[in-house]
Amino acid sequence: MDGRPELDRFLRTDPRDVGCAQAMEMLHVYAELAAAGGPAEQRYPGIAAHLRACGPCGEDFDGLLAALREQEP
Amino acid sequence: MLTGTGPAREAALARLHEILVRIARAEVGRRGPRLQIAGPELDDLAYQAAADALIAITAKLGQFRGESRFTTWAYKFVIFEVSAKIGRHFWRHPDVRLDAGDWNRLPARFGSDPAQEAEWRDLLAALRRAVDEELTARQRMIFVAIVLNDVPLDAPVIELASNRNTIYKNIVRRPA
Repeated sequence: MDGRPELDRFLRTDPRDVGCAQAMEMLHVYAELAAAGGPAEQRYPGIAAHLRACGPCGEDFDGLLAALREQEP
Repeated sequence: MLTGTGPAREAALARLHEILVRIARAEVGRRGPRLQIAGPELDDLAYQAAADALIAITAKLGQFRGESRFTTWAYKFVIFEVSAKIGRHFWRHPDVRLDAGDWNRLPARFGSDPAQEAEWRDLLAALRRAVDEELTARQRMIFVAIVLNDVPLDAPVIELASNRNTIYKNIVRRPA
């Protein structure tokens, strides 16, 4: 593996990416839909693109998802 | 209950705080293995995050629009507080520097094969030239911290008194 695809992915941006502020504003809605197995990525493609690109926001999403799953009976 | 007054509100706040502490502890536990934080320090961080999240939630109760369950909305605040506390902690760590970058670590971060070393050397030279010549001083500082030194993005956010969105835009040039 030469790591070029990873580097290339890092350097590219998805035009649908809504940025940190918008993604975090709606994170609870997105995460709840995702936790319920709903079509979060399809309904909010801009947020999905952002969470894939931004490590810290993706980490917050993972944390919120883990918290929601922990609450499930 | 949270918008009311008296003992019922106090009880609701205490119950919410209890839940927030549980979520914060689970979250620092989830992130803990990747951090240079452990034991009581991790627990302190969770309690601080829960306390600050409770303040943020009570201050923003009027902004809850019912788009999700209330608890989901509330958990978001405690997750954000954990991120902020970790960023602040990371920043206080003496090994973290914004102005020192180690380009040699970059291939490993992107999972390169040592056999491709010569190719990577050329690629890195081009990338380094672009960083040195094309980025502004502020963009370069942020790039070095986050991409080369693996500093969590929330650390420069605190150091530069900025916000995550601005730092992100410094790293990722989004098409117009």
